[in-house]
Amino acid sequence: MIRKLPTLDFQSVSRIFSGGVYALKEVSFSIPAGGLTAVIGPSGCGKTTLLRIAAGLERATTGSVKLIGPDGGAYERASENLSVCFQDARLLPWRNVTDNVALPLELAGVSRNERIARANQVIAAAGLSSAQARLPAQLSGGMRMRVALARTLVTSPDVLLLDEPCSAVDEFTRMQLDEEIFRVWQVSGATTMLITHSVSEAVWLADQIVVMNMGSIHEIRKVALPRNARNRTSAAFLLEVETVMRSLACAAGVVVE
Amino acid sequence: MMRVMKSIRMIAAPVIAVTFILVAWQIAVMMSGVSAFLVPSPLAIGQTMWASSDRLIGGAIQTAMASTIGFVIAAVIGILVGSMIAAVPFLRRSLYPLATILQMVPLVAVAPLLVIWLGFGLPTAIAAATVVAVFPVLAATIDGQVSVDPGLREFFLLHGASAWTRWRKLDLPASIPAIVTGLRIAAGLAVIGAIVGEFVSGYGGPNAPLGIVIMTAMREARTDLVFAAIALSAVVGFALFGAVSCLGWLLVSRWHASGVNSLEQSK
Ligand SMILES: Nc1ncnc2c1ncn2[C@@H]1O[C@H](COP(=O)(O)OP(=O)(O)OP(=O)(O)O)[C@@H](O)[C@H]1O
Ligand SMILES: [Mg+2]
Repeated sequence: MIRKLPTLDFQSVSRIFSGGVYALKEVSFSIPAGGLTAVIGPSGCGKTTLLRIAAGLERATTGSVKLIGPDGGAYERASENLSVCFQDARLLPWRNVTDNVALPLELAGVSRNERIARANQVIAAAGLSSAQARLPAQLSGGMRMRVALARTLVTSPDVLLLDEPCSAVDEFTRMQLDEEIFRVWQVSGATTMLITHSVSEAVWLADQIVVMNMGSIHEIRKVALPRNARNRTSAAFLLEVETVMRSLACAAGVVVE
Repeated sequence: MMRVMKSIRMIAAPVIAVTFILVAWQIAVMMSGVSAFLVPSPLAIGQTMWASSDRLIGGAIQTAMASTIGFVIAAVIGILVGSMIAAVPFLRRSLYPLATILQMVPLVAVAPLLVIWLGFGLPTAIAAATVVAVFPVLAATIDGQVSVDPGLREFFLLHGASAWTRWRKLDLPASIPAIVTGLRIAAGLAVIGAIVGEFVSGYGGPNAPLGIVIMTAMREARTDLVFAAIALSAVVGFALFGAVSCLGWLLVSRWHASGVNSLEQSK
């Protein structure tokens, strides 16, 4: 079966909060169908606002975020084909891992047997089977995030929106979670937007990096590295990281040299 | 092993304290020679309890019934109305402050009014228990439901859950720890309410409730019987409180208290 994945298109999106705070100014870029675009930028530059508008949790003051189907027509937006993962895992503390992962299906009205079967499938794929009966409080922070990531997959979404899923964990766990995000992206094949603070994470995962500053786009950069060259210690990888780092520093007005 | 030791220590301390107080009381009564009409000794009260056990146990059953039924009605009303107030912004703004203020009105004072409406008898005692027990439940329910994690609410919103689904699967379970706290307070108050209701509702006969036993004993100058009935009403209150606490523990401990503990340990 060939899936018809949508392109996620930001069309001069602006957002002014009450009090005249310009969170976003005319942001335009497009995430190609099945692509993974990382959005990086200094704290407060509007990344989360952008993602929330894409998720439909916030409205744009002007401009719009559209899902465009492969035939160029509009692509129907539904909670089943769009998944969001936030910085905090947002698990229900009284439900075990399986029931938490199954929750999106439950809210979509899928029968209990089917949703448990599908939840246990994504849990097994994430290597969390041994923890499936545990409550969130009995998991480490990194494991909770992996459960949240597994939960985004359970509905087989076409669009994935990830808001700094690794920001609350240490560097080592972050690398493990990066592998997990990569796997999630590959398994789902979804058009993915990943917000991150980490340049190396962006370079390691993304095929396109959007550098933002103060609500506008500073640079849109294709990552030319082939997948097999994404070795965190290879010269090509480190060079790419340095280049993006410079772009970010320039955007933030920090002198590097 | 540690846990057994700990629970023995937890039970032992109050038992020792109560025994000490009773012994001191007994000695004080014997030494001072105060008349049994004013303060009977614990041993005398114990004898009365034994001698009038039929009357006291029958009364305790009546009072337990009135307070339990009143408590259950209060719990249902408190949780349902509280959830409604928490869910509807207009009600929240208009009724929530009112609920807090009403909690401070000495509601037992409405007991005579209940007699006018419901007549003499068990219904008045039940209603009195309900009236005093409902507000803690109401306030706790509202508190619990307005402070549900906004991130979780957003998750439900994102998945297109209806208000009803969100209440069943998020708001209600998330506020259970708060509601249980309210219910525990309500359990103690329900017994107070029932006894005050019985004071004014005057239903007697062979199955007179503890409130009536106390009033009758007072008129007959049977201070020992008054004390005995008070002791039994304390037992009723403690039993209801204990039952609610156990139920709350069953509902919550799995994820709430224990969850907090293991979180603390993982840090
Ligand atoms: N609901 C709101 N009301 C008013 N201002 C807001 C609101 N949400 C965000 N802002 C403002 O919009 C700007 C962008 O916020 P946003 O959360 O999108 O930043 P961010 O890039 O995600 O930052 P971080 O990296 O720290 O998460 C900030 O200046 C913030 O103060
Ligand atoms: Mg953010």
